[in-house]
Amino acid sequence: MIKSFKNNIKGILIEGLTLSSALLIIAIIVVMIAVIVIGGKNQISWEFLTSFPEDGMTKGGIFPAIYGTALLVIIMSVAAVPFGTITAIYLTEYANENAIIAKVIRFAVRTLAVIPSIIYGLFGLGFFIKFVGVQMDNTFMGGQLKWGQPNILWASLTMALLTLPVVIVSVEEALKTVPKDLRAASLALGATKWQTIWKVVIPGSISGIMTGTILAVSRGAGEVAPILFTGVAYYVATLPSSLSDQFMVLGYHIYVMSTQSANVDQTLPIQFGTTLVLLALTFILNISAIILRYRIRKKKTN
Amino acid sequence: MTVEKIHTENMFLRYGTKLALKDISIQIPEKKVTAFIGPSGCGKSTFLRSLNRMNDLIDGVTIEGNIFIDDINIYDKNIDVVTLRKKVGMVFQKSNPFAKSIYENVAYGPRINGLKDKKQLDEIVETALKNAAIWDEVKDRLGDSAMGLSGGQQQRLCIARTLAVNPEIVLMDEPASALDPLSTSKIEELIVQLKENYTIVIVTHNMQQAARISDMTAFFYLGELIEYDKTKKIFTNPDKKQTEDYITGRFG
Repeated sequence: MIKSFKNNIKGILIEGLTLSSALLIIAIIVVMIAVIVIGGKNQISWEFLTSFPEDGMTKGGIFPAIYGTALLVIIMSVAAVPFGTITAIYLTEYANENAIIAKVIRFAVRTLAVIPSIIYGLFGLGFFIKFVGVQMDNTFMGGQLKWGQPNILWASLTMALLTLPVVIVSVEEALKTVPKDLRAASLALGATKWQTIWKVVIPGSISGIMTGTILAVSRGAGEVAPILFTGVAYYVATLPSSLSDQFMVLGYHIYVMSTQSANVDQTLPIQFGTTLVLLALTFILNISAIILRYRIRKKKTN
Repeated sequence: MTVEKIHTENMFLRYGTKLALKDISIQIPEKKVTAFIGPSGCGKSTFLRSLNRMNDLIDGVTIEGNIFIDDINIYDKNIDVVTLRKKVGMVFQKSNPFAKSIYENVAYGPRINGLKDKKQLDEIVETALKNAAIWDEVKDRLGDSAMGLSGGQQQRLCIARTLAVNPEIVLMDEPASALDPLSTSKIEELIVQLKENYTIVIVTHNMQQAARISDMTAFFYLGELIEYDKTKKIFTNPDKKQTEDYITGRFG
């Protein structure tokens, strides 16, 4: 019954090994954030955030990229959130769990979630620009090129497709947190199914729906691949003012500055600054989602 | 003189292939309290939920035979379930107020019926809360969340919410089983008052409760209606041995 020295050492070694690989993860994150913060913090100023790039993007600010990112996620949310919410309502409230149609939809949602994002970009190019856009030009513009080229609308819709699974799954989870008892209470009062959904289920899960929206937005804010072919620009001198305009985005701006710039070393501070802004943006979005989710859990346990 | 409100003829109910109710025929009188008693799983709650078609929500439930309310077959193809449920309200075992204010809970039913007039709503809410014997406790905090009420208050609020729709029948599925004795006696008093205006059908596990508040008692066992008679008769001189064994506590 006495522990052998050998087994004891082995135990300590294994524990040490697992612990160090866990610590490695923390180290990677700390180093990554530290490098970005240290490199970027001096770059951040009101001017950097609010002015246009200058001198062939070797100086000046990143306002168009911030503006473009914001506009992209807003249009994307306007498309993805209602569509995703309605799908989630169908799946949780209407579809029979075992019906073929529900299984096919769930399979499609899972498949959408694992498709590489560059494929979405190619799909957006092929479907939205070359098909829908060109058809629109032929029908409404007399063949003149307006919609059959990359713009913020097609980029946002492509991004909406990418974030759709996130929205659907989180809204579904949120709807499921509303107790069956409450649905029964509403129906027993003579409410129709839709009245029950609209007045009891959705109000009861609104913070969960918000969480899903924020997660989708934060995913969209960081992605570049889907918008590469569908609307993002290397540089535009004016802010997008119409859905058919091209636009700049933070993620792509980092790529451009670090690979396409006339003088990569000179733009290094701008690269750090842009990265820090993008990182802060996604952090803020994720943290608000976590806070919202925490508040729902608290409410549920009360 | 009693008027018949609900009657069923040779009603069978199946969950998938499992027979849950066998050949139930019963007449339930208007403006009386009718209690369903019997051991767990005997089908009494299932039968109760058939009376406002809440079983429709469960997949695989099939019903044979007929259930009439005011001589209308409620399982007829032309019956609008929504209208039926307005006429046949239900109070559940576990109080289930909405996460809304006390006022909005009671106003929910009238509102979904399209009532918007604030004054009328105020009146309905006040009357319903008074009829559910909870008005004095909540009149100063109608805007507060219903979730802040005690269990007994929540259950009376749920009764008020049901009354606000102005039903003719109120079904109660063990409405006091989760409550303390004081709250239970309040609910019992309330049920006895309510029968002046409503037909009450109550499922209960508590035999004393059935004896205290009901006019008629039905004893269910293994999906069958064993015996149905005046409460006094059931509790003093039942015809069937099974009923006697159950009420004297020999099984169940």
